[in-house]
Amino acid sequence: MSENKDKKLVNCDASKCTGCRICEYACSMKKEKTYNPTKSRIRAIRLNPFVNLAVSCRLCEDAPCVVACPRDALEQDEETGVIKVDEEKCNGCGWCIEACDYGALELHQETKQVFVCDLCDGEPECVKWCPEGALEFTSKDDVSEKTRITAIKKLFQNALKTE
Amino acid sequence: MSFAKQALFVDLATGKAEAKPLDEKMLKDYIGGVGLGAKLWLDNSKQGVDAFAAENPIIFVTGALTGTISPLGGNGYALVSKSPLTETVCAAKTHGFFGAELKQAGYDAVVLTGKSEKLVYLWIDDDSVELVDASRLSGKSPQETAEAIKDEQEDCYIRVSAVGKAAEKLVRFACIINDDQQVAGRGGMGAVLGSKNVKAVAVRGTKDVSVPKYKVFTEFVENVFERMKEPQARNYRHLGSSDELIALNRLGALPTRNFSQASFDKIKNITGESLKFYVQKVVGSSTCGLRFDCLATVPDGKYAGATANLKFEGLWAVGPLCGVDRLDAIIEAINLCNQYGLDVISVGGAVAFAMDLYENKILTDKETEGLNLNFGNHEALLEAIKKIGNHEGWLGQVLGGGTKRAAEKIGKDANKYANHVKGLELEGYDLRSLETAALGVAVSSCGVCSGVYARLFDINGKVDSLKGQGKCVAETEDLYNVIDSLILCKYSSRVIDGFKDMAEYFRLATGFEVTKQDLIKSGERVKNLVRVINVREGKGTRSDDALPWKITNVTVSDEGPSKGAILTQKELDSGLDDYYRVRGWSNQGVPTVAKLKEMGLSELSKFVEKQK
Repeated sequence: MSENKDKKLVNCDASKCTGCRICEYACSMKKEKTYNPTKSRIRAIRLNPFVNLAVSCRLCEDAPCVVACPRDALEQDEETGVIKVDEEKCNGCGWCIEACDYGALELHQETKQVFVCDLCDGEPECVKWCPEGALEFTSKDDVSEKTRITAIKKLFQNALKTE
Repeated sequence: MSFAKQALFVDLATGKAEAKPLDEKMLKDYIGGVGLGAKLWLDNSKQGVDAFAAENPIIFVTGALTGTISPLGGNGYALVSKSPLTETVCAAKTHGFFGAELKQAGYDAVVLTGKSEKLVYLWIDDDSVELVDASRLSGKSPQETAEAIKDEQEDCYIRVSAVGKAAEKLVRFACIINDDQQVAGRGGMGAVLGSKNVKAVAVRGTKDVSVPKYKVFTEFVENVFERMKEPQARNYRHLGSSDELIALNRLGALPTRNFSQASFDKIKNITGESLKFYVQKVVGSSTCGLRFDCLATVPDGKYAGATANLKFEGLWAVGPLCGVDRLDAIIEAINLCNQYGLDVISVGGAVAFAMDLYENKILTDKETEGLNLNFGNHEALLEAIKKIGNHEGWLGQVLGGGTKRAAEKIGKDANKYANHVKGLELEGYDLRSLETAALGVAVSSCGVCSGVYARLFDINGKVDSLKGQGKCVAETEDLYNVIDSLILCKYSSRVIDGFKDMAEYFRLATGFEVTKQDLIKSGERVKNLVRVINVREGKGTRSDDALPWKITNVTVSDEGPSKGAILTQKELDSGLDDYYRVRGWSNQGVPTVAKLKEMGLSELSKFVEKQK
């Protein structure tokens, strides 16, 4: 098992997410002492009422955002995988935002620096507030295991019924 | 504080937009939402204005909790204007995401006056406000309009509140829809927007909404979320609010076939397991936490692909009220209403009225243009909805004026089949079996707007007369005025404990020193304000507080607990006497000068002095 698989991230189960945005409000409250989804480190998207998902930093290995930064303002914590932003160095150029495939980094409207999920030191506020249990603080290994179980259950749903 | 403390005033004729401050006393006294909206409407309108006149302002107004994390109240907004159905001031409130976005753009309210020459949409991007040409959106559904605006402005986070074709055609019960399935349905607010050539209001807000003390506010909110985990709050998550159909049916209080019966013999076909088959997902509004938007899709057959947010009222209006027991057709009917931008409750009321007339031979094939408008004919129902939405044909045009105007136009005995109060089609509660609710509906400000009236159950037999019920109705009205001004969800009573909790909620969000007593008084103030407005408009006296003919003349004939129930005019009169006395109004239902003084509304005395 590679180390990366042990790192825990905030993962959203699309089948449970209702796109209610409570995670955004909880995050902006905890981090910014205000209610403002545009200042949240996790963003919920509702493409239509059936398709909802909340997205935050995926803790990529060899994170593209870190590679993209021309000023070495981003650094990935070896142990947790969290992306740390050096406020002295970041000038808000936004290369990291473009490099991220998930839209997990955003530019702060007041400080003009990028900000990204820091997992609230291991106790993510959004996970605590999610009323649907759609958000989980979990490792990628756990996510894949759960996905497998769901897939197999679906595949053999008839067999399971007759048991 | 959670108020933005300013309102945006837009003159649609010139496109001039100006943000003006709202003073704290006004916000405190009128709470926000329906209360603040009514006050802003009064301050910006002239006596006797026609609902479709350029001078009739329409107000989008949020509440104190809108834009915060507040469960049940963080997402609401209301529309307040003179209703083209009732000609009284009317408020349609709804939820979704639009309201929070409007607050985050920095406005508690948007006041639209005047009339645009061309079809436009109002584009609010924080401080930047402009009217954008919308000619290419003409005839489009609210959902298509929202998508087109998001594409045009290249921002998927834009929230849109839009009207459909029906509003452009001035169908009097056209509604406004935001966030795909959230409907501000009642009273024809969409038609008012249509009369101003406004297709939509689109908003993007990126500002902070703050509360004075985060820690205490958070503790309160956390507590509300905890209460939502209790079973009585959880059962909406399965089939939304549709279970009310079963309960009312059992009580003999579910109006069926235009109030000809009070229970539906085919109820099983549209509830419970039958309904479960169609439900795909139950979602909720922004920060709702309770969620009961019951999304249903028709998988196959004639209406395959039709999707609707099934709520009790809609399900009832195009179901039992029209005698229709096919869920695929009901889902398609609600889907059509959403696409045309029609209030499904009024649509059901108007079509059921026409069906009743057809069965009683007052309407013939000539008027219906060959449509077999028998109760239960779902195909005729769907055709009628299309005619109303397109405002075409004799039937479509007459019914599109609302049941009251249609009855006047048809003449004969048509008014005996017209089930409306003040011009607004009734909701899904048989008032003969629920007498206290009947009194609440009779004295409501705008007919029967959901939640505005006292909805109290007293199945016939327990209560013989309405005498002594005035206090009960008045107290419930005050409570609902506060709920609608905070714009809490009407199902919030399962987790929010009345005035005590609401005062706490309001205080923690705004920092205003407000007690439970203050809030009760505000509820009463809002009632008096709205009543005086209606007195000013010639629609707020005893003769306006009337109930439909069937309610006061025909007994419930179904076997069951409500058999024989009726509410005679005599009973209603004694109820009105009692209610006016409790309110401190004249026996003609006009607020007295002394009452207005007590409410801090002395400046309105001029409107009541000449009245009896």
